[in-house]
Amino acid sequence: MSKTINLTLKVWRQKGPEDKGHFETYEAKDISTDLSFLEMLDLVNEKITLEGKDPIAFDNDCREGICGMCGAMVNGIAHGPQKATTLCQLHMRHFEDGEIVVIEPWRARPFKIIKDLVVDRSPFDKIIQSGGYISVNTGSAPEANTIPVPAQKAELAMDAAACIGCGACVAACPNASAMLFVGAKISHLALLPQGRPEAAKRALSMLRKMDELGFGNCSNETECEAVCPKEISITNIARFNREYLKASFGSSEK
Amino acid sequence: MELDSRVPGGPLETKWERHCFELKLVSPANKRKFQIIVVGTGLAGASASATLAELGYNVKVFCIQDSPRRAHSIAAQGGINAAKNYAGDGDSIWRLFYDTIKGGDFRAREANVYRLAQISNNIIDQCVAQGVPFAREYGGLLANRSFGGAQVSRTFYARGQTGQQLLLGAYSAMMRQVSAGRIKVFPRREMLDLVVINGRARGVVTRNLITGAMESHAAHAVILATGGYGNAYYLSTNGMNSNVSAIWKAYKKGAFFANPSFVQIHPTCIPVHGTYQSKLTLMSESLRNDGRVWVPKKPGDKRPPEQIPEDERDYYLERKYPSFGNLVPRDVASRNAKEQCDAGKGVGPTGYAVYLDLRDAIQRDGEEVIRKKYGNLFQMYERITGENPYKTPMMIYPAVHYVMGGLWVDYDLMSTIAGLFVLGEANFSDHGANRLGASALMQGLADGYFIIPYTIGGYLAGTELPAVSEDHPAFLDSQKQAQETTRKLLSINGKRTVNDFHRELGHILWEYCGMTRNDEGMRKAKELIPELREQFWQNVIVPGSSEDFNQSLEKAGRVADFLEFAELLVEDALSRRESCGCHFNEAFQTKDHEALRNDEIGCYVAAWSYNGPGGKPSLHKEPLVFENVELVTRSYK
Repeated sequence: MSKTINLTLKVWRQKGPEDKGHFETYEAKDISTDLSFLEMLDLVNEKITLEGKDPIAFDNDCREGICGMCGAMVNGIAHGPQKATTLCQLHMRHFEDGEIVVIEPWRARPFKIIKDLVVDRSPFDKIIQSGGYISVNTGSAPEANTIPVPAQKAELAMDAAACIGCGACVAACPNASAMLFVGAKISHLALLPQGRPEAAKRALSMLRKMDELGFGNCSNETECEAVCPKEISITNIARFNREYLKASFGSSEK
Repeated sequence: MELDSRVPGGPLETKWERHCFELKLVSPANKRKFQIIVVGTGLAGASASATLAELGYNVKVFCIQDSPRRAHSIAAQGGINAAKNYAGDGDSIWRLFYDTIKGGDFRAREANVYRLAQISNNIIDQCVAQGVPFAREYGGLLANRSFGGAQVSRTFYARGQTGQQLLLGAYSAMMRQVSAGRIKVFPRREMLDLVVINGRARGVVTRNLITGAMESHAAHAVILATGGYGNAYYLSTNGMNSNVSAIWKAYKKGAFFANPSFVQIHPTCIPVHGTYQSKLTLMSESLRNDGRVWVPKKPGDKRPPEQIPEDERDYYLERKYPSFGNLVPRDVASRNAKEQCDAGKGVGPTGYAVYLDLRDAIQRDGEEVIRKKYGNLFQMYERITGENPYKTPMMIYPAVHYVMGGLWVDYDLMSTIAGLFVLGEANFSDHGANRLGASALMQGLADGYFIIPYTIGGYLAGTELPAVSEDHPAFLDSQKQAQETTRKLLSINGKRTVNDFHRELGHILWEYCGMTRNDEGMRKAKELIPELREQFWQNVIVPGSSEDFNQSLEKAGRVADFLEFAELLVEDALSRRESCGCHFNEAFQTKDHEALRNDEIGCYVAAWSYNGPGGKPSLHKEPLVFENVELVTRSYK
């Protein structure tokens, strides 16, 4: 049943990358528990706007948990307390009346803060550019059913491909490692026969790019898996490591 | 102006092949001399950018999100059609063509739709080669499911995330070209104007959404793939950033706007819960494969669904349309849901919902099988509503989803401005008055991967295009105008927020130009919209400055455009003196309340041209000629 609650928000406000930033307190009153977290922020922003002040900036688009654009630390947890849920799909029924809610942007060295809760995740695009694809020009593809793919492999590939690139894994990791993000892409493509020809090259070059962009290494904290809204498994990191070892010692790729 | 669709002659089956042969070619060495601008990175924009870059063109790509991978194609759930006939159930290119043109209630161009059906098979091949993890049978071959408006199984899917997987395929092909140096991506950019020089599209002016800086970009041709304008209705299944602005600016520069009133209201969305709801979420139509739609037989029956016995339930779609049942096309399913709710049989707290019940399928196939097919949809439903759809039937209600209308394009996908091409949902071309499920992904990718790479070559090779630089006065004019609009928006300092105006506009459109329409209501909307627009420009409050990251300003510009565009939408609806597909004017209906087409006067594409601020837009009609199909009354009984 829907009801209304009152919350106190402590929101990170930062004008730009050079600004130091600080927490600001807002009262969120009469919030229907049917609202999503972002709709709650919309309401707070309406009020801030009418007061003639600058509303809280936050990234969002699809609001159905698939575009990967939204995300913030809510009480210290990436995307908030509900498991396997993006911030836009988190609903206010999971909060208690009178609760204090602390909202911060992703904090990771490779993701610069643009404003308030908005960060720059373009390093993810750069990682994909370094090899997260299968090289096939339009028009050169063979008939789709010529290469059967065992259903189980296709399912595993799909599990990995479900990554939405939101960056929660990096934000949750004490090392700001992107191993889950990269592992998911490596796995998705390595599991499919279409992706095998470039598997070795891909593993080497994506890992190198990840290092170069300042992401840390994996030290098996498994924080990434815990916060992933798409429940991408850390077995993908293990598969990435195997692909990397195979490529380093068992292939002529450098 | 005479509208020339430039549909090639000859038999339907060979038109495209012949046309490709007749189009002039740009030699490989010359391709690198051309600069092409692509605005939008959904399926159409991403696939076009990647393919053009592979061919050797230089491509600049712009998107409003922080990464091209976030375009709203990503949210498409159910699937993509192709005429592979893997199911061996009698499918063919001809049948896909026929279903699509019939599904669109005979308001699309035959030649375009046939080409789409022809290309559909290449799309699947391409996507599989890119590593799109489509669902497979245990033997390893591709699986199919059925969708509304078809009696064959021709829909390819990747769980309930088909759009995501196809977009990531196109995005990765794009990223490959970025690393090859052929594509330059400009994320967090909004197109503020189209630059037309000597009657040809030669560039765009954009706003850098981080710094606020205005930027000019010149090119030899411009491609708009900026999606649909469903957000004019405020509540829709579109992403929050989806807007009409890019195509609206192009309209004001001379591109004709076609069939703006053709707006698809999707039958299976999660019902509205309150005033401050920001968007509606779709539950894929694929659920209608296994789900049964029903309401209580007795109006006002407030018992929980499990307490309503079988013989007191009305499975109204199965009852009224025995041969298609729950799989009738979207427009038919939506209107029927409204009819039931208007008759007081709606369920849920607001009475504006019907049940979509998977109980029988779960009993038949087991929860595991259903979870595998629809798991992520069920999860999404539970997130939003707090109810478990494995235990209690889902509640659904129609919502604005997709627009068939868009900029008018010819067979080459070129608008009435030479050198301006429009792809995907942003154009009007293939779906007539109603789009069938799993056809949007097909069209976006057909336009981007397989049509534009040929037709744009024909344009570039056959056109004299003198060099244009970014200090050309036309760019400066556009910048000046955009700056002026921004300045105005920031200086009003009124008392109502942008969202507040947007909500009211949405309410007007939904009430008076939504699922069912009548002349009186539409006339009322025509009065209300200009009034609201005037209030907006007097009383809106937009905080912040134009020189930094300002989301309020972004939104204000988009709503300002919606407030202009909405009037054209209503004008178009009012001018069409028939009902067809999604457009249901109560004055034109059969005695069973189905849309009543009038083929004597209605076989045309309505293309509107701009006549300056305050001027009344002019209507140009492109006649639709059907040489290969018989115009029948759509029947799904």
